[in-house]
Amino acid sequence: MNKIIAFPQVGDYAYPITYLLKHIVRAETLYIPHISSETIELGSRYSPDFVCTPFKYTLGTFIECLELGANVLIQLGGGCRYGYYHELQKEILKNLNYHFTYINLVTEGKTDIKKIIKQFKKIDPKFSILKGLYYLFITKNMVKYMDEIDEYIRYNIGFEQEKNSFLNLKKEMLNSFSKTKGYFSLKRKYRYYKNKFKNIKLKNEPRFQVGIIGELYTVMEPSANYELELELASHGIAIKRYTNATYLLFEKKKKVKKYLKKAKDYIKYKMGADAADNIGRCIELCEEKFDGVIHIKSSFCTPEIGASLIIKKICQKYDMPLLEFSFDTNTSKVGMKTRCEAFVDMIEMRKENEKVLFRN
Amino acid sequence: MKIGIPRSLYFYYYGDLWLRFFDNLNIETKVTPPTNQEILDLGNKLAQDEMCLSMKIYLGHIAYLKDCDYILIPRIDNFGSNNQTCTNFLSTYDIASNIFPNKILNYNIDLEKKQSEYKGFLKLKKDLNKSKKEIKKAYLKAKEQVAITKKQKIKENIKKLNKDGLKILLVSHPYNSYDEMIGKPIIESLEKLNVQVIYSDLFDEEKARIESKKLSKELYFKYNKENIGSIMLSLKKIDGVIFLSSFPCGPDSLVNELVIRKLNLPTLNLIVDDLSSDSGIQTRIESFVDILEAKNE
Repeated sequence: MNKIIAFPQVGDYAYPITYLLKHIVRAETLYIPHISSETIELGSRYSPDFVCTPFKYTLGTFIECLELGANVLIQLGGGCRYGYYHELQKEILKNLNYHFTYINLVTEGKTDIKKIIKQFKKIDPKFSILKGLYYLFITKNMVKYMDEIDEYIRYNIGFEQEKNSFLNLKKEMLNSFSKTKGYFSLKRKYRYYKNKFKNIKLKNEPRFQVGIIGELYTVMEPSANYELELELASHGIAIKRYTNATYLLFEKKKKVKKYLKKAKDYIKYKMGADAADNIGRCIELCEEKFDGVIHIKSSFCTPEIGASLIIKKICQKYDMPLLEFSFDTNTSKVGMKTRCEAFVDMIEMRKENEKVLFRN
Repeated sequence: MKIGIPRSLYFYYYGDLWLRFFDNLNIETKVTPPTNQEILDLGNKLAQDEMCLSMKIYLGHIAYLKDCDYILIPRIDNFGSNNQTCTNFLSTYDIASNIFPNKILNYNIDLEKKQSEYKGFLKLKKDLNKSKKEIKKAYLKAKEQVAITKKQKIKENIKKLNKDGLKILLVSHPYNSYDEMIGKPIIESLEKLNVQVIYSDLFDEEKARIESKKLSKELYFKYNKENIGSIMLSLKKIDGVIFLSSFPCGPDSLVNELVIRKLNLPTLNLIVDDLSSDSGIQTRIESFVDILEAKNE
């Protein structure tokens, strides 16, 4: 039987993951469907009631992929509850009479590399570790470049003169990246597109800066936050966001210590998942005089619930506007839009008042 | 010096140890009364609305202790990487220190970083103003006493397995099963129906953790391992299992669902929050017991 691999949808990372899998195992990689309202409904139908939303989203995607013929599922896993998703998801999908191999990459916050290599060898007996490492290196850099450019896009997309110029170029870049032959060709491509992004003409408007912090899946997957970033951009807001794959995979270990130090007036310990990071980031945003902080999470995300209490306190102390979202599978997009508009209005009004005070 | 101890969450794991420890050191303690409406209201006012009921109650208990010099709030991270706790156990200290003005007596258990319970207790010497020797003596003595009473309790719990009549295993965290407003009413109504209630936390921890592998291979939450391990340890002698969790408990939401899917026994999944009506739960318990009785006949 042909092996067809599928994995959950997170941001644009399907491109580098597909690239990696295509080169290291001789198996087909499914074109992962985007998360739609049907995906969410499918996921919630078969999930326990009060599990956090990423469980429902990823389960929905898996069911759709299995229907499309996938028979190898890869789940990322991680710390907190995320590392334990796989055992229940496997059971639920088995009870739905699907046949598949399930690979979980991170559990207990750790990766068992030997086990993963073993599982890959089962899919492709000729799986070579050396080749795997080479392409892993390229993919790592691809993710790094993507995140770097994404950061630039996020900060400027609200000010493009020609509509959709950023998104169109990004699509072109991602397609070009996925056809990369080797490390140097990737680097060339990165320089080329970086230059092109810098040349996109921007409106010369005063801008408000807002920082987005929160739970990792909701922050990184646009459908999980109902495209909050694009909504904010349409109001002319420059966005700074901390969490991306580069941060989680390569920087977290080092930076967590920095954030803990920054937040030492408020917290003494790590509070699970990214809670301590977000508290540190909130203080950083306040100190850097941003115009607002947006804290988002999926409902029932335990670590962020605790953090949210402290983030509120910090924002009160620094007199910083704070908008909180707890996204669920049935959050209404219109409600989100209204709250965003009100938030932006409030920031604008504060700026006006400041000006008046200054003139007097 | 008076040390306040909230009768919630950690208390049901360590209360016995704490009380004996402070008693051995001749330090006065004040334990909050069993959860009542006043405490729940206090907690509800302070907590985030998405926090789990047990956490809300815990915050209520701390608020009740405002006249104490110190409040004892430990932080329990893990007992090795495959024996982690719920993330609420990691964050209660920091949450409480941001809400309450009281001084907090805190120790940290994080075996991944070689922070054991014993080391944690030794660090209390500065706050308690005692010498290392005194603390060591008091701790070891308390530990000994606790081990004896715990053994007794486990023995009694297991004895129930051999009695006549309906036997139901209550799978729940002790801070839920023994709480006046969460587990108490459920246990009382079960006992009124002449059911033997067996508690999931009163089994040999070590054995339960090993047995839990049969239900879930890669589970890494310590307390949930012990809970589901108790099912395997008593499987042949019980008539049914009641899962009791507080809304919206993180680990329980996944683990209980998995176990219910795998188990070949009658199960009842009760989820309690501060709005759930007593009579609704009562009815579900009665019909569950009815079904078990009908099955036995």
